[in-house]
Amino acid sequence: MTGIDLYMGIDVGSVSVNIVLIDEKYNLLEKLYLRTQGRPIRILKEGLEEIHQALPLHSRIAGVGTTGSGRELANAIVSADVVKNEITAHGTAVLHYIPDAQTILEIGGQDSKIILLRNGVVSDFAMNTVCAAGTGSFLDRQAERLGVPIQEFGALALRSATPVRIAGRCAVFAESDMIHKQQMGCSCEDIIKGLCDALVRNYLNNVGKGKEILPRIVFQGGVAANVGIVKAFEEALDQPVIVPEHFDVMGAIGAGILAHRKTSRTGDTRFCGFNSLRGDFAARTFECKGCTNLCEIVEILSDGKLRARWGGRCGKWSVAAGDETGSLSVAQGSPSA
Amino acid sequence: MVITFPHMGRVYISVKALFDDLNVKLVVPPPVSKNTLELGTRLAPEMACLPLKINIGNYIESIKRGADTIILTGSCGPCRFGYYGVVQKEILKDLGYDVNIVILDAPNTGFKAFIDKIRMISGYSSLSSLMRAFRAAFKVTVEVDELMDIVLRKRPREKHKGETDRLLSRFEHDVLKVHGSTETLELVAIYKDKISVIAEDEKADPVRIGLVGEIYTLIEPYVNLNVEKKLGSLGVEVHRGITLTDWIKTHLSMDMKYKRARRNALDKAKPYLGRCIGGHAWETIAATVGFNEKGMDGVIQILPFGCMPEIVAESIIPTISRDLSLPAMTVTVDELTGEAGYMTRLEAFVDLLSQKKGMVS
Repeated sequence: MTGIDLYMGIDVGSVSVNIVLIDEKYNLLEKLYLRTQGRPIRILKEGLEEIHQALPLHSRIAGVGTTGSGRELANAIVSADVVKNEITAHGTAVLHYIPDAQTILEIGGQDSKIILLRNGVVSDFAMNTVCAAGTGSFLDRQAERLGVPIQEFGALALRSATPVRIAGRCAVFAESDMIHKQQMGCSCEDIIKGLCDALVRNYLNNVGKGKEILPRIVFQGGVAANVGIVKAFEEALDQPVIVPEHFDVMGAIGAGILAHRKTSRTGDTRFCGFNSLRGDFAARTFECKGCTNLCEIVEILSDGKLRARWGGRCGKWSVAAGDETGSLSVAQGSPSA
Repeated sequence: MVITFPHMGRVYISVKALFDDLNVKLVVPPPVSKNTLELGTRLAPEMACLPLKINIGNYIESIKRGADTIILTGSCGPCRFGYYGVVQKEILKDLGYDVNIVILDAPNTGFKAFIDKIRMISGYSSLSSLMRAFRAAFKVTVEVDELMDIVLRKRPREKHKGETDRLLSRFEHDVLKVHGSTETLELVAIYKDKISVIAEDEKADPVRIGLVGEIYTLIEPYVNLNVEKKLGSLGVEVHRGITLTDWIKTHLSMDMKYKRARRNALDKAKPYLGRCIGGHAWETIAATVGFNEKGMDGVIQILPFGCMPEIVAESIIPTISRDLSLPAMTVTVDELTGEAGYMTRLEAFVDLLSQKKGMVS
C-alpha cells in the first residue's frame, strides 16, 4: 500500500481523552481534546470516528500507542502497538520538541507529576500521592464555586494586586480558607491569585520535594492553560517556564512517537482498523468467586465477542487485546529506547 | 487447644511444619484477602498501622475456623509493633472473643519465659523434641526463601510468560496438604527442581532492582500488591532487602558468623544513619547502600502508610540516591492503594532503569 504513514497516539486520562495524529517526522496533524465525562469508551469511539473522518487522503495508520490511566482500556478497543505509562510518554514527547529540557512539570485532572530529564532520558520522577489539592479537578471545582469560567480563571489571577494567602496543603482546608477570606471582603482576583500561589507551593513542596529543578522547565497538562498558574510557577522558581504549543496533548503525542519507534522495529501495526471500531462496545464486570479476594474482573466486549479482560490478582482471567491466550500486555512492556 | 497465628508472606509454611511436628492442632488463616482487610479496618482503630489491621482480620477468620489460641511474636523494638500483642488482645476482648493470646518475646529478652510458653502450647513436650522441631522449621524457612530466590531469578528470564508463577501457585496449593517438616522439605525440593529447569530466554538481560522497607510490607504479597510478581512480569530481577531467614537469624539464633555479617551490613548505613531508630529503618538504609555495592540498577522502598521509621528512611534515601547515583523510588502502600497508579510508577521506574542501562552498555 502506498501513501503517507501516520501514527495515532491516544491518552485516556481521568478528565480527558486526547487523540493525536502525527507523521513520521512527528509533526502534529490532528489533535482532539475531549472530556471523558465518566464514559471513556463512548468518548473514545466518538473521537476515533472523528479522527477517521479527518484522515488525509492516501494515508494510513501505521502505528498506535496508548497511555494514561485508561491505557489498557484503550488498548482493548484499538489493539495498540505500544501501551505505555504517562511518565515515559510525556518524557518522550518533551524530549522531541525541546531536546534540552531538564524538568517537566505536569498537572492534569486527577494527578500531578514532576519528571526530571538528564542526558536525553528520564532520570527521576514523582507523582502526587493521595491528595487532589494540587490538581485540575480542584481548580475546576473552585472556579465553579466562584462562578468564574475556568478559561478566565488564570487571567483574573493576573489582575490581582495584593494576593491573599490560602492554605494549600489540603483541598478541604484550602476551600474553607478561601471562603473565610471571601467573607472578610477580599476581592475575587486576590483570592484566585492566592489559590494559584497555594497550588504551586503545594506542588513544589509535595511532588517536587527534594527534586533538582533545572532549566529548561516545561509545564504541561491541562492546567498549563491557566496563565495564573504559569505566572505563579515563574515567580516561585524565579525562572521562565515554557508551555509547549500542544501542552494539553503531550502524553498522546509521546504515545504516538513510541508507536512509530516500535512499529519501525516490528514492521507492522496491530491496529484493528477504523472499520472494526464501528461495532457495539460494552464493558462488563463480574466478581470472581474463585477465592476470598473476590476480584472485580472487567471484560470488554465488541458485538458480544470478548475482546479483552483484566482485573484479577492471580491472572487467570487475563486476556489482552489481540491475544487469544496471552498474558496482560504489561507483561510485554519492553523499553523503547 | 487449636492454635492460629497472623499471616506474613510465606511464614505459614514454617509455622505449619513446626506445629505439625509438635502434634499441635493448628488453623492456618486463609490467605489475606479483601475480606481480611475489611474485617481489620472495621474492627481496629483507624490510626493503627496496616499490619495490625490485617492481623485482626486473620485472627477473626481463623477463630471462625475453630482456633482458640493465637500466638504472635512480641518485640521490644521501639516501634508500634511492640504493642501489637497487648492492643490486639484488648480489641479481641472488646469484641467478645474468648481466645488466648500468647505473645512470644524473643528468647534473648527472657529465655525461660520463651521456653515455658512454647512448652505450654506444645503440651509440655520434651526440650529436645522442641529443639528438633524448631531446627526443622528453620530449615523449612531457609529452603522456602531459596525457592523464592529461584523464582525471582527465573521470572524475568522464563521463555513462556507465566510459567514460573503457575508452578509457584501450585506449590502454594500443595504445601497446605503436606504434614510436618519432612514432607514440607521434600515438596520444596521438588518445586525447586521444577522451577529451576524452566526454559530461559538466553537473550534476557533483566534490569535488577533491590526492594527495601519494613519487613511485613516486603514479605506479605497482599499488602505490597504483589510487587515481586509485578516487577518480574515487567522483566525485572528482584532482590529482597530482608527475608524471613534474616529475621529469624537476627532474633532467634546464636549464629555468631551471621551476627558479624549483619553488623558489617548495618555499618554500611553509617554515613546516613548510625543506629536503630525503630522498625527496619536502619536495615532499609543499609540495604539501599548494600544494593548499590551489589550492582543493582535501582532500589524501590515500599512504605506502609504512616510507618514512622520508614518515613525517616524515606527522607534519607534521596541523599543516598544522589551520592551514589543510584535511582531510587518510594511507593506508599495502604488499604486503598489503587493498582493503576502503583503500576504506572513501577512501569515508569523500570523504563527509566532500562533506558539508563541501555545507555551504559
